Amino acid sequence: MADLSATLFDLGRLDRLADGDTPVHRLDPRAKLLATLLFLVCVVSFDRYAVAGLLPFLLFPVTIIALAELPAGYLLKKMLLVAPLAVLVGIANPWFDPAPLLRIGPLTLSGGWVSYVSILLRFALTVTAALALIATTGFHGVCVALRRIGVPAPMTVQLLLAYRYLFVLVSEGVRMVRARSLRSFHRRGEGLAAYGSLIGHLLLRTVERAQRIHRAMLARGFSGELHSVTPLRFRRQDTIFLLGWSAAFLFFRLVNVPQWLGRLVAPG
Amino acid sequence: MSHHLVELADLSYAYPDGTEALRAVSFRITHGESVALVGANGAGKSTLLMHLNGVLLPQSGAVRIGEVPVTRATLPEIRRSVGMVFQDADDQLFMPTVYEDVAFGPLNLGLPPAEVERRVSDALARVGAEGLRARPPHHLSGGEKRNVAIATVLAMRPDVLVMDEPGTSLDPLARKRLISLLNSFEHTKIIATHDLDLVLDVCQRTIVMHEGTITADGPTLEVFRDEALLARSHLEKPLRMQACPICQRPGL
Repeated sequence: MADLSATLFDLGRLDRLADGDTPVHRLDPRAKLLATLLFLVCVVSFDRYAVAGLLPFLLFPVTIIALAELPAGYLLKKMLLVAPLAVLVGIANPWFDPAPLLRIGPLTLSGGWVSYVSILLRFALTVTAALALIATTGFHGVCVALRRIGVPAPMTVQLLLAYRYLFVLVSEGVRMVRARSLRSFHRRGEGLAAYGSLIGHLLLRTVERAQRIHRAMLARGFSGELHSVTPLRFRRQDTIFLLGWSAAFLFFRLVNVPQWLGRLVAPG
Repeated sequence: MSHHLVELADLSYAYPDGTEALRAVSFRITHGESVALVGANGAGKSTLLMHLNGVLLPQSGAVRIGEVPVTRATLPEIRRSVGMVFQDADDQLFMPTVYEDVAFGPLNLGLPPAEVERRVSDALARVGAEGLRARPPHHLSGGEKRNVAIATVLAMRPDVLVMDEPGTSLDPLARKRLISLLNSFEHTKIIATHDLDLVLDVCQRTIVMHEGTITADGPTLEVFRDEALLARSHLEKPLRMQACPICQRPGL
């Protein structure tokens, strides 16, 4: 649980990175959001044995991280935090698909291994791109952009509030767990029954808090839509950013750049 | 005609489980008065506060803000003129940045951007929180959160300020600053609290509640000198009015 609050603190740091002031930070959130969405679509649409074709896509997160002066080590750590998921998803591939697919010198790789590597690569690409988006735009900026490109208000409002109260919910949970562990000795009182009641209480508190928040919103005239005060302006550099990267993604997607380079260097 | 009046006439309210939270409560608070609402836990203070901006509607009796009765139809008007500061600032600060939180009310009122900007700047300056504009509220300290919560309400330009335990969980300095801030407002103020020392500093009039009824309503000092009444209402003389524990010199 202490780890959880540390993780959360780290999440706050991700958000604070968005306060930076670099050309990437200054781009319109919509340009960054749309470019990232296209990036994701291109990356996940490759066939399952693609490895080389994915490599050029590294250019996008790497460029953004460099231009926005983001701490690469920190983002890498964030990515590793969710990595177990991807590692588990593809772990069985080498057994299910043992047919040899690739020969590198004396080494023979089965289709399963190749697709596993492909999964990990895609995971790394998509997660770093998403992290880079949030670290340059802020969660709030992403929500505003979502709303402006037509996502319904109830969804973006939910998303914003969920993010805002994640911090409150976790610190409440951490306090409850701490209070419980102070009164449970020799691992007694840490069983499933105690957990059930603890989570039940957390739910009740959350419901009550939600009611109070709703009241506070009503008290200030809320009617279902969160109005934003930050005016968005799509300028020339936003158009260039969006069109430039879109063209690059489509090119990377349609032309296998490493293969093409290889042929260029060693024809035949 | 003044909007700054608050009038309760025979207000009663029972919760669905049958608990009678308010029984025929009546009072009238006039323009610019600063009134404390004190009483034990469960005396009905919070239920009463919730009637003042129409979170709860009267089951019997009436609530009137200025000339306007609180009904479903008048809610928008009532909520503009009664600003409520909640006990837990985390419940009140839900937007991603301080600036947007303070702008939330004015934007909902449909004000033009320039006016919104002016109100936000004014409100933040009023509570001394100009420097926090761009910060996310969940990273603020307790005192800063409280000030911003007050600013979110001030930005609506209310006539009446209602506060639920404004002084709790503040460090002594933050509490002191809050007191001088409250004293600088010329709004009609209604403050529910257990902090009777704060009441001495801020409120000229005190209403004591016990089990859903009003047991006393008068000048603060007079009410606090009635020890029997305070004891019956589960309260205690403010520390400043008690004898000095070291030299036994009598208090205020």
